[in-house]
Formats: sequence, structure tokens, C-alpha cells
Amino acid sequence: MLLYTLRRIVIMIPILIMISIVVFALALAMPGDALSGQIDPSNTKPEYIEEMREQLGLNDPVHVQYGRWAAGILQWDFGRSFVHRMDVTEAIGQRLPNTILLSVLSLLLTYVLAFFMGRYAGRHPYTIGDYGIQGLNYLMLAIPSFVAAIFAIFFFSFQLGWFPATGSIGSGVTPGTMEYYLSKLKHAALPAIVLGMLTTASYTQFLRNDIIENAQKDYVRTARAKGTPENKIYNKHILRNSIIPIVTLFGFDIGSIIGGAVIIETVFTYPGIGELLITSIGRRDSAVVIAITLMLSVATLVGNLIADLLYGVIDPRIRVE
Amino acid sequence: MSNNDKLLEIKNLHTGFDIGGKTYYAVKDVSFDVNKKEVVCIVGESGCGKSVMSLSIMDLLPKHNGKIDKGQILFQGKDIVPLTTNEMNNIRGKDISMIFQEPMTALNPVLTIGFQMDEVLLNHTRISKEEVRKKSISLLKQVGISRAEQIVHEFPHQLSGGMRQRVMIAMAIACQPQLLIADEPTTALDVTVQAQILELIKQIQEEVGMAVMLITHDLGVVAEMADRVVVMYAGQVVEQSDVDRIFYDPKHPYTKALLGSIPRLEEKIEVLNTIKGIVPSLKNMPETGCRFADRCPEAMPECRTITPELGETEKGHAVRCILYDTSRPAEKAEVQS
Repeated sequence: MLLYTLRRIVIMIPILIMISIVVFALALAMPGDALSGQIDPSNTKPEYIEEMREQLGLNDPVHVQYGRWAAGILQWDFGRSFVHRMDVTEAIGQRLPNTILLSVLSLLLTYVLAFFMGRYAGRHPYTIGDYGIQGLNYLMLAIPSFVAAIFAIFFFSFQLGWFPATGSIGSGVTPGTMEYYLSKLKHAALPAIVLGMLTTASYTQFLRNDIIENAQKDYVRTARAKGTPENKIYNKHILRNSIIPIVTLFGFDIGSIIGGAVIIETVFTYPGIGELLITSIGRRDSAVVIAITLMLSVATLVGNLIADLLYGVIDPRIRVE
Repeated sequence: MSNNDKLLEIKNLHTGFDIGGKTYYAVKDVSFDVNKKEVVCIVGESGCGKSVMSLSIMDLLPKHNGKIDKGQILFQGKDIVPLTTNEMNNIRGKDISMIFQEPMTALNPVLTIGFQMDEVLLNHTRISKEEVRKKSISLLKQVGISRAEQIVHEFPHQLSGGMRQRVMIAMAIACQPQLLIADEPTTALDVTVQAQILELIKQIQEEVGMAVMLITHDLGVVAEMADRVVVMYAGQVVEQSDVDRIFYDPKHPYTKALLGSIPRLEEKIEVLNTIKGIVPSLKNMPETGCRFADRCPEAMPECRTITPELGETEKGHAVRCILYDTSRPAEKAEVQS
């Protein structure tokens, strides 16, 4: 298992190098650069702009720029954000806790809701309760998240006033107090619910269908023939099988924790990574764009690895030597 | 034979499946007994209702459309048809247990052999977990698994088909049941393993003193194992008797045809004997007349109009065929009156 993990990590290195080249090339290919966004060309001497370009190394050949950037990364230096006037690591570091809070909250909601709804619907298929859950699922699947987000803001923030509509923290709270953490949680709650809708619906449906399918299996008949009570058949025999695909998906979800939700964060103007990515693209802050994209790639790769390892842990048939 | 010797009495069992609002009977009016410590073989082609009959006894029919419509299943004199699932759970695995055709899928793939072995003992006894585990290991040894201490920590996919069937047998005998129902326990196994498994069932049957209801379509197995034989065709019992009379004095044309389709060493034939046609499907079952008439070499015009009943030609030998007077409904009515 350890050897397998190490091998997988080693394989990631060439993949990451390839990704970094592609990402870097794409960022450079964006029309314009940080200077064209920052400086009013009609108000500045072209010589000055040219001089600044030369100074920042923007006129160097692509491979030289890439080499300089890659060398920086190896020393944990992702460059500077021209827009935010700080190191990229700092800009991302400010946003990352917000995104992680949002994602973890959303994942927690997703798994808890999907587990209980899926288990109930799978055990009592084709009953009123099951139809209710399925109806809810299809609703959650069918409504695009940005529409749901707008409706959620309208109802729960404006009409009912239960949740704040924007931001990640109330004004005037001191960091470290109980009030501060509650305010953080309250700001993350609504986007987390909307963010988790789609996955909740799909995971509920996965679990339900898998339970129904497994209930027909021969081993269930064997368990019944042994006189095992129905509760134990469902909670031990069937659930232990049906939970496998869901747990594996958890690995991929871990990848998305860091990625956050571009659309949801933007709609809620929630200061997270996704929102940072969008504004950075808009303002040609290529250092930030490259760093976030690379971070997402790493998260996805690590998530895949965790998914594969989880498979081995939970399914004895796929245990890796 | 006195009533006390009867372990299981099936009386006029009708088991049907609801398909598209209509009930189709896979088992129609089946009656027979299993005595204590007796091996009864149920014989018939695929689709004859053998498995459905055995699942009816265990209350393991598919819940959404299978049901027992009429009839009684008396186990130790008590009707078990009306019992609730919870009440059945006290009987299943303890007094009646069952092994199935497919050992490859009959065990839960993600639970250890030990867990699945322990479960049956935990369901029916009040002994500690450590005791249960010890018992499981000794049971596994009893069915000829020498590495029992390791096997309990392994998963089903690590065992061969024969080993899994041994595990199934170990589970089935864990609580020393009165009756073991074995639904084609060797069909999915290699020929060499088949003999071992049958030998094991026979040996345990003698050790434990339980009755065995063995469902098979292998007449070689029947000759080897059975005390009594019940021949089923299209959901009905067509003949039942002790094993010798079935083999040496078969009455029903279907039984004769089954026996005739066994190739013999001393005969030299080009083409194996078969019974022409197939068992009618549930939806195409003839309403009146003999259900075997279409395939019967001795069929007469009357066979399609008179529905034969099961009647005794002599003590302990019953046949459902109008060739034998006792099977004609009218005459039987006379006898009764």
C-alpha cells in the first residue's frame, strides 16, 4: 500500500510538469497583460510601458519566462499579484480558509443528507417517502446552481433574513471570538447548501439505486435464510456494499474542496478561491491565475489518489498489495 | 408411519407470481411430506417449480410479486405460512436451513467468512462472541476446511467454489437444524468437487440426524442420496415414491422419460435420448388436461381434456397420470365417497 502510494506520487511529478507548461502557455496566450490592465495607455509614455515590460521580463522569450517562473515555484515563490500588490501565496492564503470552510460545510451537508435520504429511499422504494425524496432530487438536479443561488438569496436573505446575502464575515466582529466563528459559519451556510445541492441529489440517487439493486442479490437471500433480522440485513449486509461507490466519490470531492465553487462564490460575492480566480482572469493577473489553476490540478491529482486508496480500504476485493 | 415421524408436511401448496395484474402459479397444488432424518430428493427439469417450492418453505420468495396463495406448510405440526418475518427468523437458520446453487454469489463479498459464520450463531444462540468464533472455527473444520483459523479472516473471493459451498454448509448446520434444504448445491461446481460436497452432506446428515430435502436434476445424485423421491413437472408433483420404486418401477411417463435420458455405459448410441420440447412457461400453462401431454410419448386424446390428480397406485407410491385409474378425478371421487 505504501509502495503503491509512493509510486503514484512519483508518477504525479511528470504530470504536474506537463500541466504547468500548458497552464503557463495558456496564461500567456490571454490577450493583454497585467500592464495593459493597470496603466492607462493614453496617459503614459509608450517608452515607460516598454521599460516596465523589459523590467518585469515580459519581453523575454516564453521558455525563459517559464524557466524563471518554474525556478520560483521550487522555492515556493509563485510571483506577485499586480492587482492585489502582494505575493500570490499571500493572496491565495487569505482566501483559502474561506473556501475550505465553504467546501467542508457543503460536503458535510451533502454526505449526511445523501446518506440518510438514500438509505431511507433504498430501503422503502416505491413508497410515498421515496417518491418525495426522488421529487426533491430531480428538483435539485434540474435547477441550475446560479438560479438556485439567486432564489436562495432572495428568499432566505432578503425575505426571511435568516442568512446574510454576501461576504464571508459580518462587520465589526473581532477575530477569535465565538461571535466571529458563528458569523463565519452563518455566511458560509447558504452558499454551502446551494453548492451541495447537485451532489446531494446525485449521491442520494446513487445510494438508493445501489441499495435496491443489492437487495436482490443472492447474499441477501443467504442472510435471510440464516434468520438475520431485516434491519441488520440492510444496515450491515447491503449498506456495506452500497456505500463503496459513495465513499470512493469522496476522494474526488476532496479535490474540489480547494477548488471551491467559481459560480457560487461569485454569486454570493464570497471571498474564496473561485471568486479570486474569476476576478484575476478579468484583470489579467496571470501569476494568480496560473497559481490557482496549478493548485486545482494538484488537488485533483491528490483527490484521485485518495479515491483509489479509499477503494482499497473499503472494498476487500480491490485491496492493493 | 405415525404422525410423529413427519417433520414437514406440505399440503396443497400454491405459490404464484403477480405479473401484470394476473397471478401465475409456479407451484400448483403440491403436497408431500418429509420425515425426520430422511433424505427426500425433488427431481425435475429446470422451470418445474422446485426452487420456488423450496423458497416458499423458507419464506424467501421475491417480496414484490411472489406469494403463497393457498395451502399449508406444517413444520413439526405447526403451519408456518402465516408466520411474520420476525417469527420466521426464529426458524430460519435454526430449525430449517438452506444452501443454494451458486456458492460464488451466495456469500456477501465485503464481509469476512468469520462474520458471516458467526452471524447465524449470534442470531439464534445466546453465547459470547468469543464462544461463537470458536464454534465457527470448529464448524468450518467439521466441513473439511483445515485452515479454518485463517479462513475466518478472509473474504469470499479468496476461496474456491467448493470451499465456499463448504462454508455455506457449515453455516447451514451451525444450529443443528431439523431440516436442510439444498437447492442444487453441486450444479455450479466441478465434477470432482460435486462428489465431495454430496459426500459431506450425506455424512453430516447422518452425524446430525437431520432431514435433507435435496433439489436436483441429476438422477445419479438421486440414486446415491435419496430415501424418497418426489418428481415435479410444471409446478406439480407427478410421481412420488421411495427411491427403489422410482428407479425400478417408474409409473409416470415423465419419470420414465427422465430415466430414459440417462446415457448408459453398456449401450452404444449415436444420439442421446432427450425429452422433446420444453417445460411450458408460466404464462403458457394448459388450463385443463395433463401438463405433460404435449411432450408425452403415451399421450391420448383424453389427456387434453381430463385433468389428472395425484393418486396412490400402491402404498407410498403416488402418480398423476390417467393411465393409472387412481389418477382419474371421477374415480377418485368415487373412492372417497
